[in-house]
Amino acid sequence: MPVRLQMKDVRKSFGATAALRGVSLRVEPGEVHALIGENGAGKSTLMKVLSGAHRPDSGTLELDGKPFTPQSPWHARDCGIAMIYQELTLAPDLTVEENILLGSEPAWGGWIHRKRRRQLAHQALAELHHDTIPLTKPVRRLTIAEQQVVEIARALVGEPKVLIMDEPTSSLTQVDTENLFRVIDKLRQRGVSIVYISHFLEECQRVCARYTVLRDGESVGTGAMASASLSEIIRLMVGREIQDIYPRSEHAFGRPVLELTRLAGRTKPRSVTLTLREGEILGLAGLVGAGRTETLRVCFGLDELAAGTVAVLQREHSRSSPAARLAEGMGLLSENRKEEGLMLQRSLADNLTMTRFAPVSRFGFVSARRQRECTREWMKRLDVRAQGPGQTVGELSGGNQQKIAFGRLLHHAAKILLLDEPTRGIDVGSKAQIYRLMGELAAAGKAVVFVSSYLPELLGVCDTIGVMCRGALSAVKPARDWTEHSIIATAIGAEVTSA
Amino acid sequence: MNLSRRTGQLLGILGPFFGLGLVGCLFMVMLGLKDVADTREKEAGATWKQAARACTYDGLKAFVSIANLKTVLAQTVIVAVGALGMTMIIVSGGIDLSVGSVVALTSVIGASLLQRGWGTGSVAAVTILFGAMIGMVNGSLITGLRLMPFIVTLGMMGVARGAAKWVGRNATVNYPTESPLNNLMKMEDLDSLFPLPAGVWIALGLAAFLALVMRQTIFGRYVFAIGSNEATARLCGVRVWLMKVWIYAIAGLFFGSAGLLQLTRLTQGDPSGAIGLELDMIAAVVIGGASLNGGSGSVLGSMVGALVIQTLRNGSSLMSWPTFTQEIMIGVVIILAVALDRLRQSRKG
Repeated sequence: MPVRLQMKDVRKSFGATAALRGVSLRVEPGEVHALIGENGAGKSTLMKVLSGAHRPDSGTLELDGKPFTPQSPWHARDCGIAMIYQELTLAPDLTVEENILLGSEPAWGGWIHRKRRRQLAHQALAELHHDTIPLTKPVRRLTIAEQQVVEIARALVGEPKVLIMDEPTSSLTQVDTENLFRVIDKLRQRGVSIVYISHFLEECQRVCARYTVLRDGESVGTGAMASASLSEIIRLMVGREIQDIYPRSEHAFGRPVLELTRLAGRTKPRSVTLTLREGEILGLAGLVGAGRTETLRVCFGLDELAAGTVAVLQREHSRSSPAARLAEGMGLLSENRKEEGLMLQRSLADNLTMTRFAPVSRFGFVSARRQRECTREWMKRLDVRAQGPGQTVGELSGGNQQKIAFGRLLHHAAKILLLDEPTRGIDVGSKAQIYRLMGELAAAGKAVVFVSSYLPELLGVCDTIGVMCRGALSAVKPARDWTEHSIIATAIGAEVTSA
Repeated sequence: MNLSRRTGQLLGILGPFFGLGLVGCLFMVMLGLKDVADTREKEAGATWKQAARACTYDGLKAFVSIANLKTVLAQTVIVAVGALGMTMIIVSGGIDLSVGSVVALTSVIGASLLQRGWGTGSVAAVTILFGAMIGMVNGSLITGLRLMPFIVTLGMMGVARGAAKWVGRNATVNYPTESPLNNLMKMEDLDSLFPLPAGVWIALGLAAFLALVMRQTIFGRYVFAIGSNEATARLCGVRVWLMKVWIYAIAGLFFGSAGLLQLTRLTQGDPSGAIGLELDMIAAVVIGGASLNGGSGSVLGSMVGALVIQTLRNGSSLMSWPTFTQEIMIGVVIILAVALDRLRQSRKG
């Protein structure tokens, strides 16, 4: 059988910057191939070449042994190359079934065959073990994880030969991830080749047979996953050894700064009770949709408090607004960097100083010079790669954007930091930096709530962990008393008893 | 990299000026040609060359004369002052369609008060504050009922227009002409640029003030923040609903001022005047480089945009084109200006 996909010495430059400087990739039929590399290593460019969005400057592509030159994304799709992007590309106002069959509606002479469409959509979702997603619901009312499932279902409808998955699990929970792996298994048995791009190396080890590592636009290593060690792959990725990605240090707990008592929101959460102390990093684990994000939002005054109390620094408030919370020294890092976390068209300086203009202004007048100086300071401390404080945030890479969003909390000198998926979709180097920052903050007596769907980082960074299930929070216990297994069991536990 | 960034920013600022220059030059060429053609017609049998030599270029001279420059400036004042308020609203991601009606209503109210013998100062204050009040109502409806600004202000356009006709009893409201308000737009000594009419200075002063507010104050940053991403603004502790009420109310101050200037220009309150004026203001803001999606725009750009529109009007009437040609021209220029801006943006990105 011929090789399914063969890329040889592919090069691509944009102006003076070389994005790809000689990449080779070889994928067999039915193989799951991990494409690994830090942000900016050239993964996205390579995939854009493959999916027809960019033309390579040189190099050859072969599909099933025949030369293949994708002219456009449509052409690539017709040839059997499907792509699932990290950023969702669904039409938010259309229903689930409309989205799944968008562009390939079963129709007779322009009239859509609705029954057939429903059938096909249902079939695609059932294959993903997600036939519980209502087909007629507008996509905007689904959770991010559900939306991703819809996106994958849409790719499956086209019967692809090569499926490219760009960070497919970055917003999925453990259970959804397991489901996805089962789907990947099925696709592989059908002979579909999968290029699997992920920052989660443990995942790659589980599902992928082989790997290719990209660094600075070059393929620097390839081999069988089973015979490679994690540390070896990381060394290939960064070109140096990373000792310990999770910096452990002892934190001494002080007085309580945030106490939630039977906190409930409009729909979620149902009941959350916890105490957060100075110097504590408290992890919130749970499935997507368990109410972790909503807990933070209610706590921060973004969503309405329906019942229960929030006490900040031992003072209780029944109603609150983000402005009041910020004044009390609380800060929230949104899970949705692009839509909520940052003003993408505004400058780094404006984004960073937004919540606290005091040090850069006088009598309501902002000093542009002091704002720039202040921003430069933070850029240096957080190692943000950008042209300068005046650059618009939207032009930065994901990791650098996240550092700016995080930097806003630091500039605000927040004493209580609510971090919602702070490491989603960013590279290993930036992740390590954020873990280190969290450790430093806790050591300095700040309190952190850390929401994550990635268990190794929760177990590696947190002092204490609580698990949410269906809007309720379990007992909060020291991290060393939890294992990945017990966390997952608790996260789905209530589902088992109530079913 | 940094250099091209600066150039990009500079181009962004200079863009509207470039447009203004282009429109001006275009009319100079066209008026000159028209003068030559007219001369040639008068002296039958003359060649183009002879005509060009014999021509006195009266039309061209009229266009570039100080008197005409002064007229254009004075005529721009009302749209310019309104465009200031509109800039704030559009930068915050909103729109206001009620401005033409509000200008009519406030000018009729001012005229009625003058008719009743109120003092100049109190009439000016009431007229301007009434504009702010309508803005506050708009803002409150938009945030309180969570309605689209387009819908609320479309409704207000009808309400204010009707109210203006009601207050004026369906007719223009005249008042004793000795009011000092009438001097605001008066032009003395057409042969020298100075003294400019007081209205021009008022518009310049208001523009400088607003530019300072938008660029240098926390309030201004919040307006841009709301326009670029409302969710982020909320996350950052900006009281978005309160800010919006303020934005529409302050813009209303500018619209009330435009109403007052309209009153002094017409020396009467006309309830059916200023129809479609809001569209000129929106056009001025957009030609000035603002995006209707919010988050971008500048006071300087809007002012130049207002000048572009008035220059088009002025040039067209000197060409003795019919009004429909003017309307077509302005429409084309709006589309061209925005298309060029998009092109520039995509080059940058």
